[in-house]
Amino acid sequence: MTTRRQFLLATGGAGLSIGTAGVQAQLAPNQEALRRAAYGEALRKVIGGAPVRPGKVKLDVPPLIDNGNSVPLSVAVESPMTRADHVKAIHVFAEKNPQPNVVSVYLGPRAGRASISTRVRLADTQTVVAIAQLSDGSFWSDSAEVVVTLGACLEDGLI
Amino acid sequence: MARTLINVPATAKRGEIIEIKTLIQHAMETGFRRTQLGELVPRNIINLFVCTYNGEEVFRAELHPAIAANPLLAFSLVATESGTIAFKWLGDSGSSVIESAKITVV
Repeated sequence: MTTRRQFLLATGGAGLSIGTAGVQAQLAPNQEALRRAAYGEALRKVIGGAPVRPGKVKLDVPPLIDNGNSVPLSVAVESPMTRADHVKAIHVFAEKNPQPNVVSVYLGPRAGRASISTRVRLADTQTVVAIAQLSDGSFWSDSAEVVVTLGACLEDGLI
Repeated sequence: MARTLINVPATAKRGEIIEIKTLIQHAMETGFRRTQLGELVPRNIINLFVCTYNGEEVFRAELHPAIAANPLLAFSLVATESGTIAFKWLGDSGSSVIESAKITVV
């Protein structure tokens, strides 16, 4: 049974936070910081402090998505894919997903072409980042802004 | 047993780059969703995909909850010799699905 006091507190509070924080209203106050930290941590695990340069990688995601539950995503990396010079790994990150890792693929010269495609889930409008690790140890990246109208089911935005 | 769909060309020229598409039926439960009663639905996803060409590993993918249900993976391989291209999907629940396709290289 909800008392009048509880009801007013709940709705009043919600109204206030919608007014101030807009769409972020349902997220916990430190949600944003937590996600950013998780993203930084995931990134560090992969690159370990090495410099990441833009270029060579081409990330293909539609700029506007109706439903974040299934978003076609493809990554292609310019590389001759020879034994001496090939792409070792491709990592995809979505910074505002509850878990920033999306997919990590490991390939080699036998792949012939460094290109993959899959379908991903996106929780929110955000930047998707693809990082490729080359056989010489260098990292290259590309990013894409994606506007998501309806995020993948995450009503309560829990981490 | 999960249903799979694999697209591998039956024949290829030696050295040709072939496109491989794989799809497996799986809910890819993220572990972030709740039931109507508020209980967390436990995570159950396919976390690893490995492709071997005549026994040698040529492609591996680590999947995370951000991969959509019924995970699709498309990639390419160099057709080096006739033989078998095998695919293995490993799940959180300890499940594993193995499929393979024959290829003739001329």
